[in-house]
Amino acid sequence: MSVKSRIPLILLACGSFNPITNMHMRLFELARDHLHQTGRYQVIEGIMSPVNDDYRKKGLVSARHRIAMAKLALETSDWIRVDPWETEQESWTETVKVLRHHYNELQSKKEFMKNKQPTERSTENFLSSQCSALPELKLLCGADFLQTFQTPNLWKKEHIQEILEQFGLVCISRAGSDPAQYINESELLTKFQHNIFLVKEWIQNEISSTQIRYALSRGLSVKYLIPDSVIAYIAYHNIYTEESEQKNEGDLLQPLKLHNTAM
Amino acid sequence: MAMEDPDRKTEVVLLACGSFNPITNMHLRLFELAKDYLHETGKYKVIKGIISPVGDAYKKKGLISADHRVTMAKLATNSSDWVEVDDWESSQSEWLETVKVLRHHHEKLSSPDTTISLQNALPLTKPGRKRKQEPNRHDPIKKKNQSPDGKNVPQVKLLCGSDVLESFGIPNLWKLEDITEIIQNYGLVCISRAGNSIQKFIYESDILWKYKNNIHLVEEWITNDISSTKIRRALRRGQSIRYLVPDVVRAYIEKNDLYSLESEDRNAGVTLAPLQKNASDSKN
Repeated sequence: MSVKSRIPLILLACGSFNPITNMHMRLFELARDHLHQTGRYQVIEGIMSPVNDDYRKKGLVSARHRIAMAKLALETSDWIRVDPWETEQESWTETVKVLRHHYNELQSKKEFMKNKQPTERSTENFLSSQCSALPELKLLCGADFLQTFQTPNLWKKEHIQEILEQFGLVCISRAGSDPAQYINESELLTKFQHNIFLVKEWIQNEISSTQIRYALSRGLSVKYLIPDSVIAYIAYHNIYTEESEQKNEGDLLQPLKLHNTAM
Repeated sequence: MAMEDPDRKTEVVLLACGSFNPITNMHLRLFELAKDYLHETGKYKVIKGIISPVGDAYKKKGLISADHRVTMAKLATNSSDWVEVDDWESSQSEWLETVKVLRHHHEKLSSPDTTISLQNALPLTKPGRKRKQEPNRHDPIKKKNQSPDGKNVPQVKLLCGSDVLESFGIPNLWKLEDITEIIQNYGLVCISRAGNSIQKFIYESDILWKYKNNIHLVEEWITNDISSTKIRRALRRGQSIRYLVPDVVRAYIEKNDLYSLESEDRNAGVTLAPLQKNASDSKN
């Protein structure tokens, strides 16, 4: 299938990125390779969307820093970018709303591009050249994310459905998690399994942000786990400390709070 | 005799030998982990890291030219202020046993400050301590590393993953006297994945057990399995290796089109140099 007849696709990853690590960026590379190898898709963009400070996760440092670090990390990437929209909202935003927002952006850009000359940016190229095909927007995540669908009060059922039905998931599995099993255990996931792309990560590189913060607080090296530019930024601004790790201590995670009060 | 300073830390140089075909973020991490570990003991100060890529005469399958491998390692360590690349080993026309590389670097560190090589230095023993092992010139106790004029010589330690340690058990790959000299005179810093069976391996080996105090086991909690083999495989399949190797290395590989089906076939069917050497030595 020629590149032109493939369906254009945009990957969106939501998360704390506290801080961004080489593993986060790997997820994008793995997902893109996998989707290209199906022969059906052309991945034209990757969007990293750090969560709003109002998420209230323990140890979550200010969005200003998390965005800055992601920007530094993605400097060398020609297709992945960080988007601050979610962090700019007044309160925490459900994932499905973030997906809707970016999809709306795509649609309005498409309208705008209809009459414009194509430029260097591949998204714009596609939007102007592909008369009818609007890119698909899919949520990129790890297999543990699938598992969180089962956590009580964390997700609204209708949101999970909309994410799966209207958008779709690209789910990278790490060692020790069996995403096929989670899908099997859930009626909803099973129903929309055709819209869940499972990608296996063979080169294990399980660099969690939590471990990075842990190492930093102990004065241990994190070189080669996160980009040098991010290490320098963290050191310069003294971002991760014992104090920062205590932030939001005892607070209920915002989605849990919202769904509790709604009941 | 020089005054002993109990607070004086032993200076250590970490030496990593290997194919580095290509170098990956995992190789580089080994150095960081080892340095942190040794510093945390409070007894050591790591002053340098040396990457010593193996020579082409090693004849490993898929091994590309040393020139490229050394260049990539140099690019990778540009951003490090303490790890460097040494091409002495790769410049030799024949394959060299690891113990010889250790000896070379040790001697390089010992001179030109000392005129008498450590070969002739008399072994010293700490007063009042019963020595169970044979006194030897490279015992980890600080005092032993002083040349007669009182100057401390940094210790060279072999840095490796648990796979190297476990390879000691492969027939004809290592000479027993080499293994003995490596762990007795120099020491190992071995990085292994948490929960790995390396402790069992040491327990089951008489020689490793004897010198287990010279084997520093460092646990890697962050699972990092970025092997060169997997990198080469990904490249053959047109898959991305971004964020697994330094970006400058990725760019160099791409520019020079280094890894392919053809390059992977190099040395196919050829016996690995140490196996060949040890087999023929034992015949003589």
